[in-house]
Amino acid sequence: MTRDVSFGQYMPGDGVIHRLDPRIKLILLIAYIVFVFCAFNFVSLAVISAATFAAVMLSRVPLRMYFKSLKVVLIIVLITSALNIFYGGGDVLWQWGYLTVTKDGIFRAIFVSVRIVLLILLSSCLTFTTTPTDLTDAIERLMKPLKALHVKVHEIAMMMTIALRFVPTLLEETDKIMSAQKARGADMDSGGIIKKVKAMTPILIPLFVSAFRRAYELAVAMECRCYHGGDGRTRMKVLHMKPLDYVSLVISGIVLAGIVLCNVFFASIV
Amino acid sequence: MSLIEVKNLGFTYGVGTPFEKKAVDNLSLSINEGEVVGLIGHTGSGKSTFAQMLNGLIKPTEGQVLIDGTDIWAKPKEIRKIRFKVGMVFQYPEYQLFDETVYKDISFGPRNKGLSENEINKTVRKAAEFVSLDDSLLEKSPFDLSGGEKRRAAIAGVIAMDPDVLVLDEPTAGLDPKGRDVLLAQIMGYHRERKNTIILISHSMEDVARIADRIMVMNRGRLEMIDTPKVVFSRVERLRSMGLRVPQITRIMTELKQKGYEFSDGILTVDQAFDEIVGLLKKEGKL
Repeated sequence: MTRDVSFGQYMPGDGVIHRLDPRIKLILLIAYIVFVFCAFNFVSLAVISAATFAAVMLSRVPLRMYFKSLKVVLIIVLITSALNIFYGGGDVLWQWGYLTVTKDGIFRAIFVSVRIVLLILLSSCLTFTTTPTDLTDAIERLMKPLKALHVKVHEIAMMMTIALRFVPTLLEETDKIMSAQKARGADMDSGGIIKKVKAMTPILIPLFVSAFRRAYELAVAMECRCYHGGDGRTRMKVLHMKPLDYVSLVISGIVLAGIVLCNVFFASIV
Repeated sequence: MSLIEVKNLGFTYGVGTPFEKKAVDNLSLSINEGEVVGLIGHTGSGKSTFAQMLNGLIKPTEGQVLIDGTDIWAKPKEIRKIRFKVGMVFQYPEYQLFDETVYKDISFGPRNKGLSENEINKTVRKAAEFVSLDDSLLEKSPFDLSGGEKRRAAIAGVIAMDPDVLVLDEPTAGLDPKGRDVLLAQIMGYHRERKNTIILISHSMEDVARIADRIMVMNRGRLEMIDTPKVVFSRVERLRSMGLRVPQITRIMTELKQKGYEFSDGILTVDQAFDEIVGLLKKEGKL
């Protein structure tokens, strides 16, 4: 059950996107998210969709993986678009009691669902092609200016790395503890909500105990290797911008220009 | 009829993903009531997966497991009943302890089984006795026990369900030599009194040689052999090719025999070796 978590799992590979500087990828992700919300008509939406699709194809990650992450948000997409259908002004196409469907509403629903899908595809594209360590590295580097404001950038990045690192470990641990308690006849599938919550105690308590034990052991191991926070710490892998990174920036600039132009020359819909 | 009957059992992890892996492959065997079976194999040979299929924690992708002649997956809704019949002690079972007191923790299984308070009390105390947990420890928090005591408390939690088959996955891992001996002796004491079937997964050839009636050897998901310890440990080369070895004392005695000393074959324990050596010395008039 817990093994099926594919959302955001790094997929090793050697595609163009894999080779991009993680900092660039992170900045571009943020930029594209802004682009997605800057597309106000179907033409510009098509431009950003095409760009997203290109990124997805370039990532060389099996499309199946993208569908898997889309499946997770399918319900959210359905609910938000269903809500949007009934909240448009303009010509009424269909009415039933309080519920009115308008052309505006349908457009809105399409926009919202396409936007959510694009957001998921883009962020999956980042996490599929970037190792968690690279990602936190990038975050640390990008947040460096905040140091002037006494934000503990390195500590935050280290905490993120450790948290990400332990997600699979704790999932595995949960699996193991669940099996062990099931072997003792624990019944986790039947009964009402209260019974089900109660049935979680034999799993949560050992899980917490082991999480604390692991945290303690990790802290000791880090101290043994003279870890003392971020001050004076150098990196083994220093990030460098390569030609490919500049190319991706230029392409993204073109995409942005395309969206802006399409917004100017075609009528806004939402 | 044998108690456990395994027919063409197979299990593949992650079917249809890039991580697809056959963990158990076309495995058939039968185990009789009251038998002690040792299960050895290299890391990743499918021992644990096989063990978890015996009590329905993992559903086989091929073949079946029959207990008392019925397929355990015949009624998937009643798979929980199988878990009381086939008790399973996982690796490092002390990490599953959770309740406020040791007593309550050991009673978790029997309570799930639906026993009355009176019966629970009896079976918990009996189980604690088998693993020599003192009565005074029963009211303590399991997190206040020592490592060895925790291990024994966790094993008691499975024994308390009074299973017909007890599967132990490396119960002595991480214990000191004395702790290992004591724990094995306690398990065997329990076995002698309860006369149930025991399946012991272990990396210690010495442990397996000492207590098993039969040994099953797994390699890459397949059953390589299942036979008496004497026969299994006589195939030194075969075992070595699978990354396994024979008990130290067996190796020493075999090498001494090759050097010309007249020892019998298949010596598995230090006690046997002692008798052999003493016998030989007496025969030669040196003792």
